[in-house]
Amino acid sequence: MDTWQEVFEVLRRNKLRAGLTASSVAWGIFLLVLLIAAGNGLRHGVEWEFRDDATNSISLRRGKTSLPYQGHGPGRPVNFENVDLEALRAEVPGVDHMTGRFFLWGGTQISRGQRSAAFDVRGCQPDHQFLEQTIILSGRYINELDLSERRKVAVIGTAVKAALFAEAEDAIGQMINIRGVNFRVVGLFDDVGGDGELRRIYVPLSTAQSMYKGANQMHQIWFTTGAASVAESEDMVTRSRQIIAARHHFDPNDRRAVQASNNLQRFSQLMDIFDWVRTFVWVVGVGTLLAGMVGVSNIMIISVQERTLEIGVRKAIGATPASIVRMILLEALLLTSLAGYLGLVAGVGLVEAFRRYLPENDYIRDPSVDVRVALVATLILVVAGALAGFVPALAAARVRPVVAMRDAHG
Amino acid sequence: MSSLPTSSRVTQREFGGGAPGVDGARSGLIRLHGLNKSYQSGGAALHVLKDVELTIREGELVSIMGSSGSGKSTLLNILGLLDDYDTGSYHLADTLIWNLGERRAAQYRNRFIGFVFQSFNLLAFKTALENVALPLYYQGVPRKERNRLALEYLRKVDLEDRAQHLPSQLSGGQKQRVAIARALIAKPRLLLADEPTGALDSETSLQLMDLLRSINAQGITMVIVTHEPDIAERTDRIITLRDGRVQRAAS
Repeated sequence: MDTWQEVFEVLRRNKLRAGLTASSVAWGIFLLVLLIAAGNGLRHGVEWEFRDDATNSISLRRGKTSLPYQGHGPGRPVNFENVDLEALRAEVPGVDHMTGRFFLWGGTQISRGQRSAAFDVRGCQPDHQFLEQTIILSGRYINELDLSERRKVAVIGTAVKAALFAEAEDAIGQMINIRGVNFRVVGLFDDVGGDGELRRIYVPLSTAQSMYKGANQMHQIWFTTGAASVAESEDMVTRSRQIIAARHHFDPNDRRAVQASNNLQRFSQLMDIFDWVRTFVWVVGVGTLLAGMVGVSNIMIISVQERTLEIGVRKAIGATPASIVRMILLEALLLTSLAGYLGLVAGVGLVEAFRRYLPENDYIRDPSVDVRVALVATLILVVAGALAGFVPALAAARVRPVVAMRDAHG
Repeated sequence: MSSLPTSSRVTQREFGGGAPGVDGARSGLIRLHGLNKSYQSGGAALHVLKDVELTIREGELVSIMGSSGSGKSTLLNILGLLDDYDTGSYHLADTLIWNLGERRAAQYRNRFIGFVFQSFNLLAFKTALENVALPLYYQGVPRKERNRLALEYLRKVDLEDRAQHLPSQLSGGQKQRVAIARALIAKPRLLLADEPTGALDSETSLQLMDLLRSINAQGITMVIVTHEPDIAERTDRIITLRDGRVQRAAS
């Protein structure tokens, strides 16, 4: 207690020196916290971009052949048929959820009584809900019975409901008119993907095919890859293309005939980048910590040097070497921990302010700092500060009073 | 009191009231025998003290004189356990001072020896009261008790009203009186003064000598290093050093 009082007193009476040391430590921790938060924010931003669809999905889009094959010239359109879907489901190992997609292109006029507006209509299968990460607010999604009976049922987005229904009205069970055909609304959904996705209407794939001249065709096949690795998912793309190529007689290497988009691969590429960002943040962070340590030890060394006389006097009147070391160490500890704490609070405070007031954007989202990480960093700096103070403290303890006083007075 | 106090608290005595110890009276509080000291200076050894023979009895007031470079400051530092010697022997209260180690030397200094320096050596960021109390801090005396005693010792040097002043707000004479109070608060048996009047004008110097004499009269052995004859004349005995040798040891 008495020792602490003595240390406080010394710090209080040497404000400039204490202030300089403290600010270098506080600054280091402050920057470290901001760095970590920025790294996390970038990462969260990317994860947010991927949030509305399953990240481990592959979508296959039909195209036109670009390579000649077995006497066929290039330029033939490829059709995806129901049997292709079933073939993929049966023959591509690792396929988890799977759906075909049938698009009524270009904004379909939807009406209900006097109200009407243009929305996207998509034919799909039950697994589509998982792949699109559609959130059912009321009612239900498309089910197998809808498919087999080609029911005229629709699941509508909240934006569709807002346009066609009064606010207090319950849409479930009501009829809407899609290109002259009445559909019963069976479900209302939300989607975190944004407004565009809420302006959609999902109908059973089979219904869409039969009513809108789709026969047994579809525009896209979309499936998830379960726990497959990136390499395995690429194999699944290749395998899928081979199966469809065999069925439709085109070159299995023709990437234009079946255009694949592998979400897992894109996602893991980005995550790789962010692993690098994270590594970078840590390297810079450790560098900042080191700079802080050097700063602290520098100031401790200077402090001990300019206090040679004081230390000499203290020793002349009975301070033991241990008490000198203790005094200087406690000063370093107290200073670095107080300053580290201040830097931590300032950094976390700024990050919190960012979180609250940062306008929504695509790059940085929810910047955050694991307080434990920040605390450990502070602790490291405090310990480093103490270690940095230890060497000069030992030197101070060795100061011979005579020499100290002779040097100080010339 | 035949040996130095070690780790225990120094025996409480009245201000300067230490009666001459039995052993000290018989054989001298300080006994130097054939003491040598040299410094390494740029490769060449500088022989500062040569075969010094010296005895100072308990309660004596002696001065050490000599031109600069005669070795008087070195001698004082050795007496004060601030420096060590090469060969010979140094007995302080019949304890051989040799290879003490920093810790024990610090304890002896704290409880046995008081220092007064030419340049006062007060800590600039501490008040007069805190400066005086500092030796007690290193004895582990509680703060309240420290401050009470410090005020008492400031009163003894007639500076009670300057207790809360920083050294920079005090005159040279006042600073030296604060330093003396600081030297006395641990109730030392020996007070070592290195040119205590070196930074003071002659009138203040004489006043300070009166103060030192009155402290000595209360039984504290005192060794004053000076190069001023009128200061030396006010001591019981003058020891003159010339080229590291004791010239004359008589009053």
